[in-house]
Amino acid sequence: MTQQQAGLDIETLQTGDVVVEREYALTRDTLVRYAGASGDFNPIHYRDDVAASVGLPGVLAHGMLTMGLAVQPVVDVVGDPGRVTDYQVRFTRPVVVDPQDGVTVSVSAKVGALLPEELAVRLDLTVTAGGTTVLGKAQVRVYIG
Amino acid sequence: MNPAIQGREFPPVAPYLVGREKVREFARAVLATSPLHSDPEAARAAGYADVVAPPTFAVVIQEATLAQLLAEPDTGIDFTRVVHGDQRFTFGRPIVAGDELTATLRVASVKSLGAHSMVTAETTVTDPDGAHVVTAISTLVVRGDE
Repeated sequence: MTQQQAGLDIETLQTGDVVVEREYALTRDTLVRYAGASGDFNPIHYRDDVAASVGLPGVLAHGMLTMGLAVQPVVDVVGDPGRVTDYQVRFTRPVVVDPQDGVTVSVSAKVGALLPEELAVRLDLTVTAGGTTVLGKAQVRVYIG
Repeated sequence: MNPAIQGREFPPVAPYLVGREKVREFARAVLATSPLHSDPEAARAAGYADVVAPPTFAVVIQEATLAQLLAEPDTGIDFTRVVHGDQRFTFGRPIVAGDELTATLRVASVKSLGAHSMVTAETTVTDPDGAHVVTAISTLVVRGDE
């Protein structure tokens, strides 16, 4: 188990507290990099013609890229990725990435539940792209003992 | 979709050896900045044997098991109509470079909801001692005719 201090104190946290907010600028380059790193080469994530042919409004970010970056502000707050013991999301809306302008993804994490018996806290993420919420039931459980 | 696939368990896929450079590459790709992903000394100072993978790195190991499901001939799933509905990771411990991990998929549930159907695939990832590392759960939604 981790030997570093968590940046959250269960004694002072309250449900509803916003613990971190951050914005990420995604471009097509971000998607290509994620495709290579993850092995997900579905062309809807880099080809406009393929995305259009299946009725999409444009090239989309990988859902797993959105999920992957949305937890990073939480990792930075608690200081150790190993403190994340459970992480779930529902993919509710696509993240369309404009070829020139990209898209800005905003993440806000607030305390959803205190779990003192487990020395843990559940953080609920609000994740938006271009002002639209794109993930539902995005919940991270972190050990903060 | 063929409801009889509910409960089906697939054979484990070949073990996945987690490489340090792969962890670094994946961390960059998800815009992760913690030094524990890239710096072995920082990871060791935090009590780990080597660099620590970002939480969603588990999807790379899960992927080979989902490929098994997609290749199964009798699922009745039209994979051109599949969208990723939900994803969850439940950790026994974080993944670190040097881990040799074995993944096994089980079809946890098959459901219909109007014209759509949903399959929930649960992949259990263990280390060479058989200890639980992470369970990755994906719900795939198969869109029906609209």
